[in-house]
Amino acid sequence: MTSRTLPKTSDERLVEAGLLKRLLTRPELGALGGAILVWIIFAVIAGNRGFLTLQGTASYLEVSSYLGILAVAIALLMIGGEFDLSIGSMIGAAGATIAVLGSVFGVPLWLASLIALGVALLVGFVNGVMVIRTKLPSFIITLGSLFILRGLTIALTRIFTGRTQVGSLDQLEGYEVLRLLFGGSIPIGGANFPVSIVWWLAITAVATWVLMRTRFGNWIFSAGGNAEAARNVGVPVSRVKVTLFMATAAAAWLVATIQLTVVKSADTLRGTQQEFIAIIAAVIGGNLLTGGYGSAVGAALGALIFGMVRQGIVYAGIDADWFQVFLGAMLIVAVLVNNFIRDRAEKARR
Amino acid sequence: MTNRVPLLEVRNISKYFGNVIALKDVSMTVYDSEVMCLLGDNGAGKSTLIKILSGVHKPSEGEYLVEGKPVDFDSPRDALDHGIATVYQDLAMIPLMSIARNFFLGSEPTKGWGPFRRFDIDFANRTARAEMAKMGIDIRDPSQPVGTLSGGERQSVAIARAVYFGAKVLILDEPTAALGVKQAGVVLRYIAQARARGLGVIFITHNPHHAYAVGDRFTILKRGRTFGTFTKDELSREEMVRMMSGADELDALSHELSEFARRDAAETARIDKELAQSLEEAEEIFEHDGSPEQKG
Repeated sequence: MTSRTLPKTSDERLVEAGLLKRLLTRPELGALGGAILVWIIFAVIAGNRGFLTLQGTASYLEVSSYLGILAVAIALLMIGGEFDLSIGSMIGAAGATIAVLGSVFGVPLWLASLIALGVALLVGFVNGVMVIRTKLPSFIITLGSLFILRGLTIALTRIFTGRTQVGSLDQLEGYEVLRLLFGGSIPIGGANFPVSIVWWLAITAVATWVLMRTRFGNWIFSAGGNAEAARNVGVPVSRVKVTLFMATAAAAWLVATIQLTVVKSADTLRGTQQEFIAIIAAVIGGNLLTGGYGSAVGAALGALIFGMVRQGIVYAGIDADWFQVFLGAMLIVAVLVNNFIRDRAEKARR
Repeated sequence: MTNRVPLLEVRNISKYFGNVIALKDVSMTVYDSEVMCLLGDNGAGKSTLIKILSGVHKPSEGEYLVEGKPVDFDSPRDALDHGIATVYQDLAMIPLMSIARNFFLGSEPTKGWGPFRRFDIDFANRTARAEMAKMGIDIRDPSQPVGTLSGGERQSVAIARAVYFGAKVLILDEPTAALGVKQAGVVLRYIAQARARGLGVIFITHNPHHAYAVGDRFTILKRGRTFGTFTKDELSREEMVRMMSGADELDALSHELSEFARRDAAETARIDKELAQSLEEAEEIFEHDGSPEQKG
C-alpha cells in the first residue's frame, strides 16, 4: 500500500489518495482480479483440454455475452437503486411473442421482433411505474411480474400454437434479417466468434459512457445513492428509474432475439433463473445491492467470470453440478468485498 | 432596511395537515446581506416553514413573495429557479458520489451536441475545486467521494454549490446540529461568508449560541406560531433562550420531574412487593402440582 498515515495536524482534510488506494475504490477491481484468477485456474487445469484454444475462448465468451448483456442492464438499474427479477421471464415472453407472431399470424420475423421490443419496453414501463406509484420495493413488484409474465407466456403460447415450444423459425419470412444482425459469427483464426459478443461489448461500452460521461449517468448514481437528496436538487428520479426498467426489459428482449435466431426456435421456459444469475454477475462486478455505486464494466467482468467457470468446468471434466456451488460462494465473497470497499468510501469523519 | 424590498417574504402563512395545525399566521422577511435565524424547539414548525419556503409543501393560507412578487412553487426545482436554495442537514449530499458530481448534480455542465452531448467532467472538477477554494477549503481531489469529507465540509460543499448556482436566498436546515464544536465553527464562518457575498441566509437552528454568533435578526417559533422578529439589539442571548424553550416551562418541568421521582420511589417499592408475593404464590403451585398448570 502506498497510502500514508497522516500526521494529525490542524488540517483535518484527507491527504490525496495514492494510486493503489484510488484503484481499490474502483468497483470493478475485485471482478477484474477474480476474472484473471479464474482464467489462470482453468488455464492450468484445463489448458491442455481446449480451454486455451480460440474455439474454447469463443465458447466461453458466447456464454458470457448472453449473460453480460443482461448483467450490464441490471447493473445500471441496481446503481439506480432498483431490482428487476422479471428479466428471465421477459426473455421467454419476448421469444414467444416473436415466434407466435411469425408462425401463427404470418408477421415477418424482423417485424415480429420489433413488436416484441415494443412489448418489452411496455413491460419495463409498467414495472417502473408500479414501483414508483406503489412505493413498494421493486423486489416485490418484479417478483410478481416474474410469475405473471411467465404464466402469460406459457398460457398464450399454448392457446395459439397448442405447444410451449415453436421450432423451425428459420423457414419463416424475415428470418434472414435477424440472422444478419443477431445470428452471425466472425471467423478469427479458424474459430467462430458469435456476433452476440460484439453486442455484449458494445452495450458495455455504451453503458459505461452513459454512466461516467453523461448527465443521465450522474442522475442514475444519485437516484440510487439518495433519491430524496437527488429530487431536492431537481433530478427527475422517477423518470430515471422508469427508463432503467425499460432498458433492462429491452436487454432481455435482445438476449431473447439473439438466442431465438441462433437456435431457430422459441421456448416459453427460456431465461428461467437468468434474473438471479444476472444479479449475481452484477454484484460480483462490484455493484451494490443497495444502489448508488457500481459499474457496467464490473458487471461485464462478472459475466465473463460466469462464462469461464461454466465452460471451464466442462473442459476440465469436472461434474457440472459443482457450478452452482461455485456461483453461490462467489456471490457471498463478492458481497463481502464490496461492503469492505463501500465502508472505505463512505466512511464519514466528523 | 425598511425601504428595501425583501428578497423573500411570507405573510400570515398557515399550514394544516388534516386537523393538525403545523403553522399559524407566521410572517417573516429576509433581505440581502443578512442572516435571519429561525429558532425554535422541536415541533415548533421550523421544518414545515422551510419546506414551504423551499417548495416542498404549499402553504394552506397566506402569501409568499420573492423580491416583492407573489410566487407559487410546485417543486423544489421551482424554488431553485427563483434563487432559493435549501441545504438540508442530512440530505444535502450523496456520500458515494464524488465532490464534483455532487456539486453539479441536477445542473450538470455539458459539452458537445446531439447524441454526443456529455457531462463535462473536467469543467466540473475544476469548478468544484475553485469554488471550494473561494470558501477557504482546499479540495485536492474533487473526484473523491463526498463520504470521505467531514460533516462540516459536506455542509460547506452544499453551501458553495448553492452560491455558485446563483442562489439569492440560502436556507440552511440545522447545518450545525450534528457537528462538533470545531466543525460547527467552520460552518458558521461559511454562513458569514455567504452574507458577505450579498446573500440572504435563513439559518435554522435550535442552538442559541450558534444563532447569536452569526445572526442579524431572529424569528422565534413556538408551537406553530411566531413570537415575532427581533434584531440583535432588541434581544439578549438570555432572553432568546428563554423565549425558545420557555424558561417558565423549564421551571415547571423540573418541579414536575422531582415530583415524579418521589412518587416513583413509592410506586417501585409497591411493585417490588407485589412481584415478590406473586413469585411466592407461583412457587407454591409448583410444589403442589410438580408442573405449571396446562390447559387445552
